[in-house]
Amino acid sequence: MKLLKNNSLSLNQLDGNTARLLTMFVAIFLVASLTKPDMFLSSGNFQSMSKQLVEYGLLSLGVGIAMISGGIDLSVVYIANLSAIVTGMVMKALVLTAVGPELLLFILIAVLAGVLTGFLCGAFNGFLISKLHIPAMLATLGTMQLYMGIAIIISGGSTVSGIPRVFSQLISNSYLFGIPLSFFIYLFVVGFIIFIMSKTKFGMRVFLIGTNARAAAFSGIKINNVLIKTYILSGLLASLAGILSLARLSSAKADFGSSYIMQTILIVVLGGINPNGGYGTIRGIFLATITVQVISSFLNMFPEISNYYRDLIWGVAVIGVLIVNFSANKKTTAKLAKATAN
Amino acid sequence: MSENILSVKGVHKSFGGVHALKGVDLTIKKGEVHCLAGENGCGKSTIIKVISGVHKPDSGEVELNGKKYTSITPSEAIEAGVQIIYQDFSVFPNLTVMENLAINKALASKKKFINKKEFRRIAEEAVNKINFKVDLDALVEDLPVADKQLIAISRALLADAKLIIMDEPTTTLTKTEVKRLFEIIEDLKEQGVTILFVSHKLDEVYEICDSITIFRNGENVLSCQVSEMDDEKFAYYMTGRKFDSQNIKQNAKAGDSILEVKNLSAPGFDNVNFNLRKGEVLGISGQLGSGRTELSLALFGLLKPYEGSIVVDGKEVNITSPAKAQELGIALVPEDRLTEGLFLSQSIKRNINVTKLDELSSKLGVMNITALTDESKGWVKNIGVKTKDHEYPVQTLSGGNQQKVVLARWLATNPNVLILNAPTVGVDIGAKHDIHTLLRNLANEGRGIIVVSDDVKELVDVCDRVMVMQQGKIINEIASGDLNADMLSQYI
Ligand SMILES: Nc1ncnc2c1ncn2[C@@H]1O[C@H](COP(=O)(O)OP(=O)(O)O)[C@@H](O)[C@H]1O
Ligand SMILES: [Mg+2]
Repeated sequence: MKLLKNNSLSLNQLDGNTARLLTMFVAIFLVASLTKPDMFLSSGNFQSMSKQLVEYGLLSLGVGIAMISGGIDLSVVYIANLSAIVTGMVMKALVLTAVGPELLLFILIAVLAGVLTGFLCGAFNGFLISKLHIPAMLATLGTMQLYMGIAIIISGGSTVSGIPRVFSQLISNSYLFGIPLSFFIYLFVVGFIIFIMSKTKFGMRVFLIGTNARAAAFSGIKINNVLIKTYILSGLLASLAGILSLARLSSAKADFGSSYIMQTILIVVLGGINPNGGYGTIRGIFLATITVQVISSFLNMFPEISNYYRDLIWGVAVIGVLIVNFSANKKTTAKLAKATAN
Repeated sequence: MSENILSVKGVHKSFGGVHALKGVDLTIKKGEVHCLAGENGCGKSTIIKVISGVHKPDSGEVELNGKKYTSITPSEAIEAGVQIIYQDFSVFPNLTVMENLAINKALASKKKFINKKEFRRIAEEAVNKINFKVDLDALVEDLPVADKQLIAISRALLADAKLIIMDEPTTTLTKTEVKRLFEIIEDLKEQGVTILFVSHKLDEVYEICDSITIFRNGENVLSCQVSEMDDEKFAYYMTGRKFDSQNIKQNAKAGDSILEVKNLSAPGFDNVNFNLRKGEVLGISGQLGSGRTELSLALFGLLKPYEGSIVVDGKEVNITSPAKAQELGIALVPEDRLTEGLFLSQSIKRNINVTKLDELSSKLGVMNITALTDESKGWVKNIGVKTKDHEYPVQTLSGGNQQKVVLARWLATNPNVLILNAPTVGVDIGAKHDIHTLLRNLANEGRGIIVVSDDVKELVDVCDRVMVMQQGKIINEIASGDLNADMLSQYI
């Protein structure tokens, strides 16, 4: 046991990861500021960065929670689209004739319809994964198609647009101290999820199930119940992302943002969530989200780097992160093994 | 030539701040089976690594076959005929049995082309030496642990081993496999090979060894013939504590019925009836596959009975899940600590708190962190989990302390019926005694305890009566007065 102290093995490996992420964020931020000072350090750039990251930031939170529980949620982007379409269509149906305070009430109803959509989609994912024991990867790959299919059918395959202007104005074009309202919504949600995962019994159970589902069952944890709630939470976060994207773009479509799936997984892994479950922090996901946003804005400042290269760069980044995490993990495991060798 | 094949004198070895060996001696006669015993962490593996040249000793000397070395190299050790069967066997999982056996020899012969026939001949010769029947073309990773071990032993023999050292070879073996290993050890002894057998299980020592050395905290505390050994002496030298297993059962007094099982049948067992009373420790024994594990699972809501009834405290109940069992005051310490009991990478605290989350959270589900921390700290102290801090991952603990953590988790729910499946497998002798005493105290507090086990001594020491199962049925029940080791072993 003395060894643990001597080798200064941090009990909280999380802190190592947070430090690594922070260093990375600061380094990239500095590079960007030094090489493209007038573009990168402009207030316009900060505004657009803080607007862009909100949607995939929310999606990543859902994917991250699912991964901590030992699964994954590949359907988040399509839950977001479906929720946006439902919200948009309800809004259009109700609002056309309305004015004044009635209008706000109708908007609220439409938003609730979108949230309900996310709830149902998430509950269905959870049902497939927990009750029917379908591996999360396959279950959400299937529902991803399913939700996209439903979205295409109800939207007739076309873009839903003609959303009341108040709605976009309110959410996407209001600023507080020059920062868009949607970014504050995101910060609030991050704080809320940090609370859920670290201070509630539900959060603790998600970690324990992700660590060893069998031991969780033997400890009296109602696994199905916890997993269904996990995917409902992911679905709710996705619907929120969808509703915010509806406000930002004033439109919704069944296949918006397909590339976000890869990006959310990159963020979650970069954030230090163990792909096998049981381990990671929401704080890590948050730091990874803003880091990825800075990198992607920075890359955008080089028009000569084509989109093809961009895919290549992201691909290399995912693999690089996986390798770093893997070897960092192996080192701690080796240290632990040494410290406890008998 | 001297009659000692190995003689270690005054070896010191430190790792950083840990003084693992404090001047130990170890002498092994040619042709004997010598046991090296001691609790976890006392330095057994370290001395082996010194002998085989993996670790350089800080001081002291190793004498092999009359030749003295102040620090021996691995190749010198192999040349002198020392072969180690490590705890993980060090076989190549992705090669076939044949390749594993022949690889060293083939590499040593420096031939450019590898001749399959030659490979097979070498491999056959190796397995024949110990009468080991195995498919030479099977991949090693597909074989059971016991077979991997035998492959390692065969390979050692190919290298002309004169002294084979086995580091805790029986920990992962079933009873039948242990038996087979012992036959092989007898065989090797006849062929003139000397064996150093590392173990902390006394019955194994009696069965197979000629002489014994006991280490405690990096010092050797006893060296003698096994014939001069007895249970009490063994336990005392291992731990430095005196145990009195006779007294565990003092004050036993059974009260009203707390759990009644009537005509219960489920996959794995059939028509089981028994009655557990408050204050009673009931043993359930039988071989692997006799239905004892299934019975414990059914009582804990993890296996659905298709017939019969369970009565708890006078009321017929339907135990549909572990959560329901917990509600009814039933707790289970599962058989396989690592896969069913523990969240290995999580803290000791979380491992203990898992059953208290509902009770120690607000209506909205927010945990009362202070209460949970106090709860965990309290148990670590009460039940004697040896650790610096309950925030350490539970995987840093020894087997016995890990088991105490699982126990604490369930004791925290204040159960009326506590079922323990194989409660002291892989637990060292001191912790084992602690757990037995604890079980008795829990019974004396008026709880009903069920111990599922095939450890005869354990059953005799703690149980008031023992039911023996075979092929899913209870075939015998031995009451307190008749309960003794000889009698019980006949049935298991
Ligand atoms: N490579 C190592 N580095 C640091 N400490 C070690 C190492 N190997 C063993 N130890 C420590 O030395 C002591 C003896 O360990 P070991 O010989 O493995 O015990 P055991 O008798 O259980 O085999 C323990 O306290 C262990 O933690
Ligand atoms: Mg050892």
